[in-house]
Amino acid sequence: MTATQHETTHTEYPAHFEPPHGSAWRLVFGPGLVRGVWVGALGFVVGMLVVLFCRYWWNWDPVWKTDIVLVIGGMVTAPIFFLGGLGAFDYWLYYISGRPTRPEDHSGHGARSWRDYFRVNTDHKVIGVQYLVTTFVFFVLGGLAAMFFRAELAQPGLQFVDSQTFNGLVSVHATLMIFLFIIPAFAGLANFAVPLMLGAPDMAFPRLNALSYWLLPIAGVMFLASFAAPGGAFASGWTGYAPLAEGQPLGQTFFNMGVQWAGASSILTALNFLVTIITMRAPGMTFWRMPLLVWANFTTSLLVVIATPFIAGSQFFVLFDRIMHTDFFIPKGGGYVLGYQHIFWFYSHPAVYIMMLPGFGIVSEVISSMSRKPIFGYRLMALSLMGILVLGFSVWAHHMFVAGMADWLRVPMMVTTLLIAVPTGIKVFSWLATLWRGRIHLTTPMLFALGFVTMFVIGGLSGIYLGSVPIDIHASDTYFVVAHIHYVLFGGSVFTIYAGVYYWFPKMTGRMYSERLGKWHFWLTFVSFNVTFFPMHYVGLRGMPRRVFDYDAAFGDLNFVISVASFALGASFVVFAYNMIVSWVRGPVADANPWHARTLEWQVSSPPPIFNFDEIPQVVGGPYEYGVPGARHAVMSPAREAEEVPA
Amino acid sequence: MRKALVQVVAIGVVIGVLVTLVAVLFQWLPHSATVQFDRIQDIYWFATIMSIVIFSLVAAVVLFAVWKWRVPPDDDRDGPPIHGNTSLEIVWTAIPAFLVIVLGIVSAIVLSENGKAGDNPYHVMAIGQQFAWKFQYPDSGGFTSGELVLPVDRQTQVELSSVDVIHSFWVPQWGQKQDAVPGIATSIFVTPTRTGEFAVVCTELCGLGHATMRAKARVVSQADFDAWTKEQKA
Repeated sequence: MTATQHETTHTEYPAHFEPPHGSAWRLVFGPGLVRGVWVGALGFVVGMLVVLFCRYWWNWDPVWKTDIVLVIGGMVTAPIFFLGGLGAFDYWLYYISGRPTRPEDHSGHGARSWRDYFRVNTDHKVIGVQYLVTTFVFFVLGGLAAMFFRAELAQPGLQFVDSQTFNGLVSVHATLMIFLFIIPAFAGLANFAVPLMLGAPDMAFPRLNALSYWLLPIAGVMFLASFAAPGGAFASGWTGYAPLAEGQPLGQTFFNMGVQWAGASSILTALNFLVTIITMRAPGMTFWRMPLLVWANFTTSLLVVIATPFIAGSQFFVLFDRIMHTDFFIPKGGGYVLGYQHIFWFYSHPAVYIMMLPGFGIVSEVISSMSRKPIFGYRLMALSLMGILVLGFSVWAHHMFVAGMADWLRVPMMVTTLLIAVPTGIKVFSWLATLWRGRIHLTTPMLFALGFVTMFVIGGLSGIYLGSVPIDIHASDTYFVVAHIHYVLFGGSVFTIYAGVYYWFPKMTGRMYSERLGKWHFWLTFVSFNVTFFPMHYVGLRGMPRRVFDYDAAFGDLNFVISVASFALGASFVVFAYNMIVSWVRGPVADANPWHARTLEWQVSSPPPIFNFDEIPQVVGGPYEYGVPGARHAVMSPAREAEEVPA
Repeated sequence: MRKALVQVVAIGVVIGVLVTLVAVLFQWLPHSATVQFDRIQDIYWFATIMSIVIFSLVAAVVLFAVWKWRVPPDDDRDGPPIHGNTSLEIVWTAIPAFLVIVLGIVSAIVLSENGKAGDNPYHVMAIGQQFAWKFQYPDSGGFTSGELVLPVDRQTQVELSSVDVIHSFWVPQWGQKQDAVPGIATSIFVTPTRTGEFAVVCTELCGLGHATMRAKARVVSQADFDAWTKEQKA
């Protein structure tokens, strides 16, 4: 049975559920984006009326208060109504209200035309692609913000933007890249690959999966909309430190609330991954036979579920201080300023691993299959992920070595921070050992994986400098830190996202990308990345603080070089975008298994059948048994003839 | 196998020499002007040597593997099924653990040395306010100045506070940095070793004027310092 036959089985909407009205009626009142928009607008009015009514009822003056109306109407009720209008709650609402729920006819599953990507879809493969396309759109927008402030930074002094706009661009750049690109792009890749790798027909909770995706654009729109707020976009950095954030104009509220929606999206996805990985493994798929990408997403999901509520809390406290006049972080009212940083970093340090562990998983897949060798030290690779998970929760205060926290906390936090180098080192050395005596195919995903290994080592080593408290006291809050995070998050995370997108592109689209353009993309990115970020180590150590629009004239020449290189880095994305779009439309048709990989997603057609496996695979061995005579990862029956397909 | 190892080491040495040149030919750190920063620079060099060795090793293996074992796209044979090597894995767990623990111990010692008040520290108060620094001299009569003037070779405790949001006090050549936090008292110690003019830079984003929140810092001889404080009091 192939994908085509499934399409004929499921394309037609079962007759008894044909809506009774015409297509115009269905467009406006049926689930979809159109209904989402008008119901969302209705939600804003409802929220606004609730606020006005309450303020009128309790005689609060003035009755109209823009920031409260915006928080309740614009950032709570409107998004919820939008999701309802979209149809994300349809099944549950039918069930709750006692109406007959639609039997699962799979009409909301899979994509038959491009339109199916713009509605609530329960197919993990469609959701994976939705995630990736959306996150790359935000990657471009976050990158454009960076281009603007790099133009400003090309010379000392203020040239193009005012200082509020500059701070806003810096803050929105970081926020989009973290919450709308790196974290969800990994969620997208994992959404596509993990159920296939497990031998499962879908995620454990497909409807929840669809909901988690649709929460994401809400957060992105909120962050971007802050530019339209009076006073400009939120401008206290992506860290939004109190008490600075408390006195900021309205735009800050968009950050406080946007993080809630992005966080909710991450938590729901992570829960879904955990349940899927624990309960939906194919027969024979023991934990020690899972591919390392699955292990990586298992640990990442644990991090997300445990840590993300803390950033939600930190932003709610700031919001309450801002609009309800509480004093959580205001010293005059008895608040504790450093409390914000402790809560914030208790999420945001593990978040660094949320942004890195899935990349470790991707690179393990790519290096193993492109070197045609089993991953070296498989069990220790999985255990080191768990080691990073545990240690990752005990290092948050290394962001606060100069913050004025209790002195005794510094040395223990330094020791745990430095010890994270051990499991990380195990992973790097094991990848190198996997390369050793391999038969190396230097394809585009492999280039990005090897680029990742070398660049991530630089980021890890600058992390060792910053982990040592005395060096950190000098380097903290300078461009050295900016260089460090970009070596970790760009040379690290973004390179692995590129590796993953190229690696699974044939599986997702059924077509092959252009290897030649892929290599151009790699080398342009690799060179311009290094010219952009390596000099930042230098200007930082020499005395340039981060988040400044103006700086000592001595750093002018280097900043000009950095800005020019950053434009080249931005331009290198065009090569990628062109390659992806053109190859998706008319690239050569891809084989089911172009990399001769052993994991389960490559054992089905490209793109995979609508329910992934026509027959449940029986897992009989490890996922990376390259070169072992007769070894198999799974036994699959050959595809059945069309006549045997049950109706 | 032995030949491969020798070749990797050779490539690693070449890379190591190149990276070492980058590390020593550029003046990566500002010329130190305090006892505290001298100590920090020692750890910096320890970490740098460690980093050069590790980076050269990793880069050498990647380059060597691609050079030596690359195959054409149509090659569909598998590599040797090597699943692991326990003694090797123990080695590359133990060596990094040892190195970072040594770095941690050295760092803890320097941190403790740099946090010592000394016999008789001179007190200066630095007060951050959007977007300027003010300096008070309680040990010399309590006057306030817009520039920070310190005597050379004298242990000084800079006590930090803020009246609005978080600021951070940093003089790049002094190597010491500390946030000024509303509601919390923080301080750092500096013992300037040479006279000269420096800049106090705010390193914590504090609002619109953060980039321009700077003050002049001067380190002068004790005699000049006494003359300056007398002049300020008058």
